[in-house]
Amino acid sequence: MVPSDLVVDLSRWQFAATALYHFLFVPLTLGLSFILAAMETVYVTTGRKIYKEMAQFWGKLFAINFALGVATGLTMEFEFGTNWSTYSYYVGDVFGAPLAVEGLMAFFMESTFVGMMLLGWHRLSRVQHLTVTWLVALGSNLSALWILVANGFMQDPQGATFNPFTQRLELTSFVHLLFNPDAQAKFVHTSLAGYVTAAIFVVGISAWYLGKGRHVELARRSLRMAALFGVLSSVGVITLGDALGFIDGGRQPTKLAAMEGLWETEQAPASFNAIAFPSQDEQRNLYSIKIPYLLSILVKHDLSTPIVGIKQLEQEAAQRIKNGIPALTALEAIQQNPDNKQALATFDAHKQDLGYAFLLKRYAPDVAKATPAQIEKAAKDTIPEVWILFWSFRLMVAAGFAMLIFLVFATLYSLKTDCRRTGFLKIAPWFIPVPFFACEMGWVTAEVGRQPWTVYEQLPTWISASTHSASYMIFSLTGFVLLYTSFIVVEMYLMTKFVRKGPDEPGSQAGGSLAGQPVFAHPLLAPNRD
Amino acid sequence: MEVFTTYAILKIVWWLLLGVLLMGLAIMVGMDMGVGTILRYVGRTDEDRRIALNIIGPHWDGNQVWFILGGGAIFAAWPTIYGTAFSGLYVVMLVLLWSMIIRPLGFEYRSKLVSPQWRNVWDWTLFVSGFVPMLVYGAAMGNVLMGFPFHFAQEGTAVSVYTGSFISLFNPFAILAGLLSVAMSALMGALMLMNRGEGALYERARRVATLAGPLALVLFTVAGIWVANMKGFVIDGTVDPGMQASPLVTQPVSIVPGGWLHNYATHPILWLLPLLAYAGVALATLLARAGRSHVAWWLGALAWIGILGTVGAATFPFLMPSVTDPTHSLMVWNASSSATTLGWMLGWTIVFVPTILVYTSWCYWVMRGKVTAKHVTTDDHAY
Repeated sequence: MVPSDLVVDLSRWQFAATALYHFLFVPLTLGLSFILAAMETVYVTTGRKIYKEMAQFWGKLFAINFALGVATGLTMEFEFGTNWSTYSYYVGDVFGAPLAVEGLMAFFMESTFVGMMLLGWHRLSRVQHLTVTWLVALGSNLSALWILVANGFMQDPQGATFNPFTQRLELTSFVHLLFNPDAQAKFVHTSLAGYVTAAIFVVGISAWYLGKGRHVELARRSLRMAALFGVLSSVGVITLGDALGFIDGGRQPTKLAAMEGLWETEQAPASFNAIAFPSQDEQRNLYSIKIPYLLSILVKHDLSTPIVGIKQLEQEAAQRIKNGIPALTALEAIQQNPDNKQALATFDAHKQDLGYAFLLKRYAPDVAKATPAQIEKAAKDTIPEVWILFWSFRLMVAAGFAMLIFLVFATLYSLKTDCRRTGFLKIAPWFIPVPFFACEMGWVTAEVGRQPWTVYEQLPTWISASTHSASYMIFSLTGFVLLYTSFIVVEMYLMTKFVRKGPDEPGSQAGGSLAGQPVFAHPLLAPNRD
Repeated sequence: MEVFTTYAILKIVWWLLLGVLLMGLAIMVGMDMGVGTILRYVGRTDEDRRIALNIIGPHWDGNQVWFILGGGAIFAAWPTIYGTAFSGLYVVMLVLLWSMIIRPLGFEYRSKLVSPQWRNVWDWTLFVSGFVPMLVYGAAMGNVLMGFPFHFAQEGTAVSVYTGSFISLFNPFAILAGLLSVAMSALMGALMLMNRGEGALYERARRVATLAGPLALVLFTVAGIWVANMKGFVIDGTVDPGMQASPLVTQPVSIVPGGWLHNYATHPILWLLPLLAYAGVALATLLARAGRSHVAWWLGALAWIGILGTVGAATFPFLMPSVTDPTHSLMVWNASSSATTLGWMLGWTIVFVPTILVYTSWCYWVMRGKVTAKHVTTDDHAY
C-alpha cells in the first residue's frame, strides 16, 4: 500500500504551506535577536539609557514575532512523522540526529533564556541580562545551523549509506553530515538573509517614526545600527548565495538547469537567460533574452566548463533508472532471504542508483518488467518544474540586489547628522515586505528544486508520504488554513498596534491591568481603555 | 545469562533516556499545562490570572522544549516509532499539535491588550492548551498498553499501515490514563502556584492540589487493576537484542491475559515503582494541605517518575505493540536507530542534558520568590 498521487500532492501542499508560513517568522527572529544583543551591548558598555529603551522596545516586537515562530515550528517537527512516515522511517537514522541535537544544544538554550530576556529586566544584573540576550541570539542561530544541516542532507545526502537489511539510510559519519558543504553554505546564506530581514524591519519602522517626527532619538539610532548591520549582511547573503549556486551547480545539476531554464547543454562560455518563459511540455523557452558568457562565469566561475542542459540530464537519468532496476530486485530478494550472497553482490554493484529505481516503481510496480515508455516517463520526473524555479530564483536575486541598494541608501542617510525628512523615509516602510518575500522565494528555489526527491537521488517524494486517506488530508489542511489565518491576523494587528504606539508614549496601556475588575463582568459594561 | 552486545546496550540506554525525556516532559511541561488547566478556577480576577501566568511566565517556553526534545529524540533514536505513531495517530496528533500551537500565543498575546473579551478568549485558549495535550499524553500511554492496530508492508522499503480509527484511540482505558495525566499535571501546576503565589490564588491552588492528588491516586489504582487483567504482550521465543532494526522481520510475540505483569513477576523489585507513585502522590497531597508546597512539588515529581516507570517496567521491551499482527510489534530491539546514530546521540545527550539542567535551575533560582500584583502591574513586559 502506497499513498495515492492525490494524497502525496496534498501532503506536499500542506508541508510547503506550513513551512513557508513558519519561515515568515524565523528570519526576523534570527536577525532581530542579534540587533537586540548589539543594542544592549552598547547600553551596558556606555551606560546610555536610550539603548536600553531601544532593546526593550524592539524586544517587545521580537516577542510578538517569536511566539508565532515557536508555535509554527512545532508543526514542522510533527509533520515529518504525521505526513511523511515512510520518509521518517527511511532517513530518521540520519535526519533525526541533527533535529534532536538542535533541541539539545540550541532550542533549549534559546527558549530557556528568552523568558529571562523578556521578564528578567528587574531580576538580573546588567551583565547577566546582556549575557542572556546574547545566549538567545546564539541559540536561535545555532538552531538554524542544525535545521540546515538536516536540510543539507536532503539536498546532498552525505555521511550515510543504505543498509539492505533494515532497508533504510543509516549514518556512517556524523562529521560528513555536519560539514556538508551545502549545509554550511546554506546556513550562512540563510542566517544572513535573516539579518537582512531584521535590519530592513528596523530601518523601515524607524524611518516611519522619523517621517512622523516621533521618537526621533530612538529611531535615528536604531536606523543607523540596523542599516550598518544590514548592509554588511546583505553583501554576505549575495556572496554566499553565489557560493551556494556553485555548490548546487555541481551537486544538483537538475536544480541548476531548471533554475536557468537550460534545455540544451550549453558549450562554454554559456550564456545566461535573463528573462525566459519556459515550457516543460515543449522542452524549450517560448521566449528568452540571453546575456552571453554570463552563465559560465556565474555558476562555474570560469569560461571553459560546459553546462549540462535538461534534455541531456534526462537521458542520464534514464540510464541510472535502468542501472537501478537490478538493485531494487536484488533488494527484494535480500528481504526474502538475508543470506542470499548473489543478491547482495548485485545490490552492491547497483546500489548508487537504487533511488532511481524507486522513481520507476511509481509507473511500473514490478520494475523488472518496466517498458521503455515507463522508463522515459520516470526520467522526465527527475526535472523539477522549470518555470517555478526559473522565476522564484530570479525574484529572490532581484529582491536581494534591491535590498542591498536600499540598505546602502539607508546607511548613507543614517550617517548624515541631521535627519531631514526625505523621500527615503517615505519609501522605507514599504520596503519591509521585500526581505520576507525574498526569503520565501529562496525556500521555493531550494525545495522545489530538490524535486522529485525528498532525499536527493535517494528517495523520491511520491514514496515518502504517509498512507492516509484524502479526507484526512482535507481535514488537516482545513485546520491549518483556519488556524494560521487567524494567527496572522492577530499577529499583524498586535504588531501594527505596538509599532503605532511606539516605545515610550506616556499613559501606555501595554501590559495594562484590569485590577479589581471582575473577570466575568459583561464585556459591554467593562471600561474600554484603548 | 545473555551476553549483550554494545548495540543492545545502546538500545537499552536509549530506552532509559526516552524515559528520562518523557518524565522531564511530564514534570516540567505538565506543570505549566496544569496551570493552564486550572487557571480559570484559581484566578477569579484578571490580576490573579496574570500573577499565575507570570509565575510560570519566564519558564514555560524553556519547559516546552522537553516536549520538542522528546519528539526529536524519538525521531533520532526510534525513527520507526516516530513514523508509525505520528502517522497512525494522525487526527490525534493534529489535535495535540493544534492545542499546543495556540499556547505560545496565549502566553505572549493575552495581556498585550486591555480588553476583557480578548483576555477571556486567551484564557480559554490556555485552558484547552493545558488540558488537551496532557489528556492526549496520558491516552497515548494508555494505548501503548492496549496495543495499536498497525502492520508493515513491503514496498521496496518498509511502509507502515494503520488500520484503526480515530475514535478507537479514545477507548475507556485510554481516557482513564489521560485523566490520570491531567490530574497529575493539575497537582504539579497547583503546587507551583502555591510556591510562588499568595492570598486567594494560593488558597485556591491548595484546594486544587488537595483534590487532584487523591483523584490521581484513585485513577492510578483503577488503571493498575485494569492492566493486571488486560491482555498484555510477551515474547515467546528467542529474540536477539542486538538484531538489525528492521520492522519487516517478524518477531515471536504473542498476546496473553495479564501479560503486562510478567516483568513484575520476574523482577519483584519493580513493584517499588508503583509504590513510589503512591507514596509520592499521597505525601505531596498531605504536604500541600499542610502548606509545605516546595517539598510537595518534589514529591509530585517523584510520583511522575513512579507512574511512568510503572508503565515502562510493565511494557519493556515493547514500545508500540501491534494488535493486528503481534509479530510486527515494535520493540526496543527492532525499532531503534543504528549503533552509530545511537552512539553519537548519546554523546550529545551526556554533554547537553546536564548543561540544560544547570541553566534551567539557574533561571528558576534567579526568578525565585513570590510573584505579587506589584510585579505584574509595574513590569511593562509582564504577561
